[in-house]
Amino acid sequence: MLRTIKILYHQGKQFIPDLRKANVPGIFRGRPEISLDKVDSQALADICPTNAITTSPVGIDLGKCTFCGECSRLFPGKIRFTTDYKLAANSRERLFIKEGLRTPVSLDPDLIRKDIQRMFRGSLKLRQVSAAGDNSCELELNACGNVNFDMGRFGIEFVASPRHADGIVITGPVSANMAEPLQITYDATPSPKIIILAGTDAISGGIFEGSPALNRKFIEENHIDLYVPGNPVHPLTFINGVMDLLGI
Amino acid sequence: MSFITINNQQSVPLSSIPEMTYDLFFDSNITLIENHEERHCVLYFAFRETGNIRLICCIADDLQHNILVSSSLVSSDAVLNSMAARNLSFEKFEREIHENFDIGFVGHPWLKPVRYAENRADKTKTIPDYPFFGIESEELHEVGVGPVHAGIIESGHFRFVCNGEQILHLEIQLGYQHRGVEQLFLEKKKLIQRTTLAESIAGDSVIGHTTAFASLWESLSGMSADYEMQYSRTIAQELERIAIHTGDLSAICTDVAYQLGSSVFGRLRTPVINFFQEWCGNRLAKGLIRTGYNPYPFNKALADRLIAVLDAFEPDFVEMNSELSRLPSSLSRFERTGTMKYDQLLSIGTVGMSARMNALNRDIRLSHPYGIYPDLNHVPVMKHHGDVYSRVQIRKEEVIQSVSYIRQLLKKIPDAGAAQEIPANLKPDSFAISLTEGWRGEICHAAVTGKNGELVIYKVKDPSFHNWLALALAVRNNEISDFPVCNKSFDLSYCGHDL
Repeated sequence: MLRTIKILYHQGKQFIPDLRKANVPGIFRGRPEISLDKVDSQALADICPTNAITTSPVGIDLGKCTFCGECSRLFPGKIRFTTDYKLAANSRERLFIKEGLRTPVSLDPDLIRKDIQRMFRGSLKLRQVSAAGDNSCELELNACGNVNFDMGRFGIEFVASPRHADGIVITGPVSANMAEPLQITYDATPSPKIIILAGTDAISGGIFEGSPALNRKFIEENHIDLYVPGNPVHPLTFINGVMDLLGI
Repeated sequence: MSFITINNQQSVPLSSIPEMTYDLFFDSNITLIENHEERHCVLYFAFRETGNIRLICCIADDLQHNILVSSSLVSSDAVLNSMAARNLSFEKFEREIHENFDIGFVGHPWLKPVRYAENRADKTKTIPDYPFFGIESEELHEVGVGPVHAGIIESGHFRFVCNGEQILHLEIQLGYQHRGVEQLFLEKKKLIQRTTLAESIAGDSVIGHTTAFASLWESLSGMSADYEMQYSRTIAQELERIAIHTGDLSAICTDVAYQLGSSVFGRLRTPVINFFQEWCGNRLAKGLIRTGYNPYPFNKALADRLIAVLDAFEPDFVEMNSELSRLPSSLSRFERTGTMKYDQLLSIGTVGMSARMNALNRDIRLSHPYGIYPDLNHVPVMKHHGDVYSRVQIRKEEVIQSVSYIRQLLKKIPDAGAAQEIPANLKPDSFAISLTEGWRGEICHAAVTGKNGELVIYKVKDPSFHNWLALALAVRNNEISDFPVCNKSFDLSYCGHDL
């Protein structure tokens, strides 16, 4: 008993008091800013492993970006990744960062379904489905609930069964072999229910886009309530995105 | 000579690999491995070559520190004698070759699909129709779990045959995470695309897989990573080991309902992966390892930060472990649970920490050292009970060992070297193999190039490829309620297996 208390004492205070304003340490690659500098935009676009960079205007699709940082390494005056981790949006268009703009990524309030905030603001239970996720987003979603990030303080939790859940969180590019289990899990979740895509692989297929081993029909056919970019998603990106969706 | 002897991360002309009839190939490889505990098969694979199938087998010799490679050309409708019938460690490799190329293997104990790869030979076989073993009995029952599990983990299916609470048999069916990684290595032509693929093979082993890829690429390009790059890769590899082992200890505590251990180990992992972010901008170190250059050279400021992180980490880590190992309620769940014997581990070709948990010395850092590992005089952590507790102790001791290695390396920080010119083409008609020791164990990447230096085949073998069978055997005769802690104590990769 005494030893346990001693261990508890040694941990000090671990939780992040304000998840809205927390600073991430170091050189986190978050929301990119693209200057209006003139560069060879085709050469810039060709660097990208996932064709996330467009040429006119120059822009980055955060739904495709793997945050590898190659573009900013080779064109440091053109592209700079800031430490702004608030990257989640509720439409694919809002994930597109254009040159010259420094506006934060945000949700479109008109697109948030009315039921969602009314029913889930106080308590949101989620079921995670790894549809060929590489275990990096899975590790970070687990971290959302640990003592540091403690997402549970807002009533947001991952649960063991889709029948207990208010929505599903999908990671991974959705392999053909996971297409049916994903659909079954979604069908088993009671309505109203939400769908969150966590990570670049889930949003666009990422580096796996175009692989014949994928089957992305589910993503294409269903309404997506929240896109959370990242490779993997940072816990703060996920938690802030869900809080925005719920209006917390 | 029925094989060519090469070193880890070395490339050789394809024509230098001795080719022989399958019967000779069979005898030669079986002779190499039978009654030689120091040798094991690191890779056995096939690819198409002008209408025929080329087989290449790589046997690693841990005492001689080299790899023995041989090959055979067989027709595409060949039916061969199964090497697995003589030595079980070939079992998974032959299944893979059968699945992809429809080569028959006579005498194979269970020639079942491995991962339902997109480019498999027989598309009529689909994942819902997997042929599970069944036992006809009115007293036994089956329990199916997955592919979607009751936690935030990857997808895979477990089928138990139980007698009451006791597991008689477990069959693990994978393939749900198959993304076509090996094929994409051929189709994606840019180096950054292939590097990103390597980073995505298993998101918990980013450093292990990307180092294996980068080293292989450097070898096939005729380059070599300079000391500073090797230095950074080594620090990163040991940090990854610390981070994931600590996270696993947290998850193991969760599975025996020990809240304090779960929380403390969970939060101890945070500063370690946050250090990766300070270093390279990503908590799981995606973006850190690149071929031919180091985008984030290690420096004095990072070293000071890392020492501060480790100084704060170590006492709390040691304190929590000593509490965990004197707690009767956790020990009663750990000891004699999920046990594997030495002979079993050897026979199925187990690698990495899952082998070392019962005296089977498989550690690439010692047996086929690469980079600057020879300077560290690495001594693998070995345990002798093969149970959950052995796997807990290995994690604890390896974390402490890795901390000491990093402290040793931080005493002298090398200057960053210049970026190297990366040749546009790889060496033509060559073969190369690259082994690294990730936190799970031996990670193997191999490639064959064609006459213009293009990739003909890219092979990836995660340690989980063999170790999943170790989990299936370890849980026999245990209570089914002990399965979660057994599973977590192995913590194998689904996507690393399914590719």
